[in-house]
Amino acid sequence: MATIGQLTSHIANKQVRNEKYAQLKHKQKKDQKKERIKRQREAAAAESQGLAPPPRKVQKTLENTRAWDETRIQPDDAENAADIAEDEFASYFNRQETPKVLLTTCYKPSKLMFELLAELLDVLPVAYYYKRQGYSVKKVAEYASNRGFTNLIVLNENRKEVNGLLLVHLPHGPTAQFRLSNLKLARDIKGHARATHHKPEVIMNNFDTVIGQRVGRLLASLFSQDSAFKGRQVATFHNQRDFIFFRHHRYLFEEKKGKLAAKEPVGARLQEIGPRFTLRLRSLQAGVFDKAGEVEWKKKASLKATRREFAL
Amino acid sequence: MQNDAIIWQVINHHHCTFKVKTRTQNFCRNEYNVTGLCNRSSCPLANSRYATIKEEGGRLYLYMKTIERAHMPSKLWQKIRLKRSYVQALEQIDEHLAYWPKFLVHKNKQRLTKITQYLIRMRKLTVRPRPALVTVPARTEKREARREAKAETAAQLERAIEAELLKRLQTGTYGDIYNFPTKQYEAVLDKAEEAEAEAEEFVEAEDGEEEDEQADEEEEEEIEYVDDADVDLDEDEDMEDMDFEDRRDGDLASDSEGRGVVTRAQALDPGAKATLAW
Repeated sequence: MATIGQLTSHIANKQVRNEKYAQLKHKQKKDQKKERIKRQREAAAAESQGLAPPPRKVQKTLENTRAWDETRIQPDDAENAADIAEDEFASYFNRQETPKVLLTTCYKPSKLMFELLAELLDVLPVAYYYKRQGYSVKKVAEYASNRGFTNLIVLNENRKEVNGLLLVHLPHGPTAQFRLSNLKLARDIKGHARATHHKPEVIMNNFDTVIGQRVGRLLASLFSQDSAFKGRQVATFHNQRDFIFFRHHRYLFEEKKGKLAAKEPVGARLQEIGPRFTLRLRSLQAGVFDKAGEVEWKKKASLKATRREFAL
Repeated sequence: MQNDAIIWQVINHHHCTFKVKTRTQNFCRNEYNVTGLCNRSSCPLANSRYATIKEEGGRLYLYMKTIERAHMPSKLWQKIRLKRSYVQALEQIDEHLAYWPKFLVHKNKQRLTKITQYLIRMRKLTVRPRPALVTVPARTEKREARREAKAETAAQLERAIEAELLKRLQTGTYGDIYNFPTKQYEAVLDKAEEAEAEAEEFVEAEDGEEEDEQADEEEEEEIEYVDDADVDLDEDEDMEDMDFEDRRDGDLASDSEGRGVVTRAQALDPGAKATLAW
């Protein structure tokens, strides 16, 4: 709906415009007050009669006003289930292969990068760090592929700030390029826990479109399926508005006491282990990393894109 | 006409458009200069007999000028294409610059070497993949940072993670690692032990009285619990009632809400439906 400013901005004469604006504004306020009083009366009436209060208006958020497109996955989509069953990750999810990750960096990593690597190796007990040693990504991917690695991660940094992550699933792709931001190492997280050598559980939240599901499966394929529940460690990839938040926690189930217990007798508590960072998909390419490869998805730079459209 | 001495005097003591003066040395910008230095012997203007090497589109050419063509500026330079092979190019230089000043021959060969090397280096660099440089527009980055912060607030990460973990606990992902509520669970275990000891005595006596209303398949298990309820009624009444009711309700672990948890008691005795509600 047009705002009052938009309704009056076409009036050239400033005095007339101001008068019109004030008039409309006054009317709007009056209407709003009327509405409010009406609502309050209804609520009071309902309360006096012992009825449930009238439902509150739901706040508009980007989540509940999201413009979904046809790629949204419905829970009982047989076609999607068939697609999943024969994609590149099927052998991983069928437990036919166990993940093995090669972790490497840009050509000249800085000290910060090594600290991040050390923490990532804690998150991914199935990862091995290899020095980049001037090899191109293609060469590294080939090497890794020949040695039975299932995933390749290349971290990029610029001006001593880690800003990119390239994730390649081997041996047939796909390749995802992420922008990495808001990196916070464990050592900078106050009261952080220390990781143990247990394989963490994985939580993937809100990967609801075809591309989202693909990225979710790609990220999930980094972790071993045999989580050691004893370690009580959980790695989370939470997608919200196309930002993928990574968190690493230790959890604890606990019986609640007193009033709280009536609602939910058992609660979970978290302690962050770290690191934490945010990923944003830049592009998804079919096959192993190749600049001339087929692009499955790429961020649109179009001005027409609305803020309510999300890809993942 | 052409007088090298006069030209050099002008260049040296007055002005030359190609001369670049630095604190220590003078350089020459003329493209025909074989050394790049500004001095009498390597000046392409003040030497009526001169030779140099130029690179054009990856090929090398030997340029030579002589006094005989000094009156025809358009035909002043004689251009000879050098062979791709470095050794053969050297031979060509020797051949064409035979009887020329040793200085020019030497400097041309040095220049040939230098250009050949940089051509090799260029080819190598183009073949080798190099990191692609991408622009990072500051405004876009700022906008993304702003949206990221808002998305993080909207995500309520800790709450989402806790909810997911609880869901897993309720659906029995963790098997019998956790047993909630702990108090009731332990009570059930204790009772199970006691019951084992007492079971035989009470089975027959109680069978007809109360079990009729609970027409369940798990007769033996039911009997055990009923026994305990009767026996321990005074001690902890509430708990007993709860267990009892739950059993009647059936297996809560499998209900749609997933409020039940698979307990160790169940694991020990698969026939028992001793699932506890929270």
